[in-house]
Amino acid sequence: MSDFDVERWRPAAFLPEADSRDGSLTFVVATLCFLACLTLLAVLATNRAARDWTGQLDGQATVIVRPKANETPDGAAARAAETLAGVPGVAEARALEREKAEALIAPWLGDADLSDLPVPRLVAVQLTTEAPADAAALDNALKAQGLDAVVDDHSVWMADIQHAAQIARWIGLAVFGLIATAAAAVVAFATRAGLAARREVVEVLHLSGAEDSFIAGLFQLRFAKMAAIAGLFGAGAAAIMGAVLRLAGGGQGLTPVLPISWLDLLAVLPAPLAAGAVAALAARLTAQAMIRDLA
Amino acid sequence: MRYGRAPETLKDLTFSLAPGSFHFVTGASGAGKTSLLKLLFLAEKPSKGLMHLFGQDVSTVAREDQPFLRRRIGVVYQEFKLLEHMSVFDNTALPLRIEGRKADSYRGDVAELLAWVGLKHRMHAMPATLAGGEKQRLAIARAVVNRPEILLADEPTGNVDPEMGLRILKLFVELNRLGTTVLFATHDEDLVARSGMPVLHLDNGRLTAHGHRS
Repeated sequence: MSDFDVERWRPAAFLPEADSRDGSLTFVVATLCFLACLTLLAVLATNRAARDWTGQLDGQATVIVRPKANETPDGAAARAAETLAGVPGVAEARALEREKAEALIAPWLGDADLSDLPVPRLVAVQLTTEAPADAAALDNALKAQGLDAVVDDHSVWMADIQHAAQIARWIGLAVFGLIATAAAAVVAFATRAGLAARREVVEVLHLSGAEDSFIAGLFQLRFAKMAAIAGLFGAGAAAIMGAVLRLAGGGQGLTPVLPISWLDLLAVLPAPLAAGAVAALAARLTAQAMIRDLA
Repeated sequence: MRYGRAPETLKDLTFSLAPGSFHFVTGASGAGKTSLLKLLFLAEKPSKGLMHLFGQDVSTVAREDQPFLRRRIGVVYQEFKLLEHMSVFDNTALPLRIEGRKADSYRGDVAELLAWVGLKHRMHAMPATLAGGEKQRLAIARAVVNRPEILLADEPTGNVDPEMGLRILKLFVELNRLGTTVLFATHDEDLVARSGMPVLHLDNGRLTAHGHRS
């Protein structure tokens, strides 16, 4: 007698369980997801680095003061600082000590005795955050006092950093797009192989009156689930890598160059969903096209 | 009809099957029996000519409506086309699941049908473990489980002994009495003679006889 209990019977899956290929496909999608998440973290870190650098330079200006024949360098610097402090939009102006100015030119002149040289002095200017003074205003104020000085408001450097950050963003976006496209292509390829391997099943379902969208839906669900799981692994690995960089970065590590914040790690969260969505779309379109070839 | 650029497999065929009728399709191997059935269960399209099914011109039926026509046709394939990853019970229930029916509405019917075709003790078995005759009966059970209006059977007695062949024939006659239109392709002349049912005889893709055997 049979031990089959009709009342306890539950319908089997329409498609056969995973086959041997699914393992390698999961690995490929997980790897692509990992690379995509890593790219994303790198773009976020580049953005933060650019922001930090421009933030440090923003709101500051440096003035180089060249003493005239009738004035000591220290005196000229002090007069410049005093003048600048009175300009609207300047929070603070401070003449840097001779040692600091000498330290800045030491790399070019070595340990030479500079006491006889007319080393230009620097004045560090802190601008107000609201309505900061611009370079022209500082320049005019200095000229009005008859000082020979050059104002550097760092705008050249800031433009360069922003330009570089913009390029890094575009490269990141392009790499991200490339990886997503590769993932979609891999899933489309796998769907095609999966359909071919299960051609008998597809044909029987088709001839038994299953609608095209129903059959395509089976493949869509199968590959979306697989890609979402693979995405989870890939994103998880990328987040762990990010966390390791954050922890191990320290003073000398990567962190100062590419500062990753703990919050950035949350950016990998949508990755499994995105992988699932890309896979679902690729599987559906591929399956539909192949089923349409059946009579 | 023709396959690709091959010569025509079927040509100049004109016939109609009345609802509730029973016909054999006979002919030598390669005469076009299977091709004719494929046209009828919409696995192939006629390369020219007209084909009406359930009163509709098949060429005008939209692709998305074809599944609903297929659900009204039960097919016993010559090569069975059983799903190897599903048990006997699951294979039989397949057409009902595709129709979207709930398991509770049919589990009793499926068990009863399997008992009727002699597979009661094999309901949990996988197709790979079945003998040829068991596969045949499973294929028949799946074809009739949703009470189709038309039953197309391609050599359904080809893999069974004469006794089982007769049982299957009786089963088909019984379904026919209940209103199913049956088209039974076979090369078993004995079976045809015993039944006394009308015959469509194919010879090299042409219909050479249509009616009762004299």
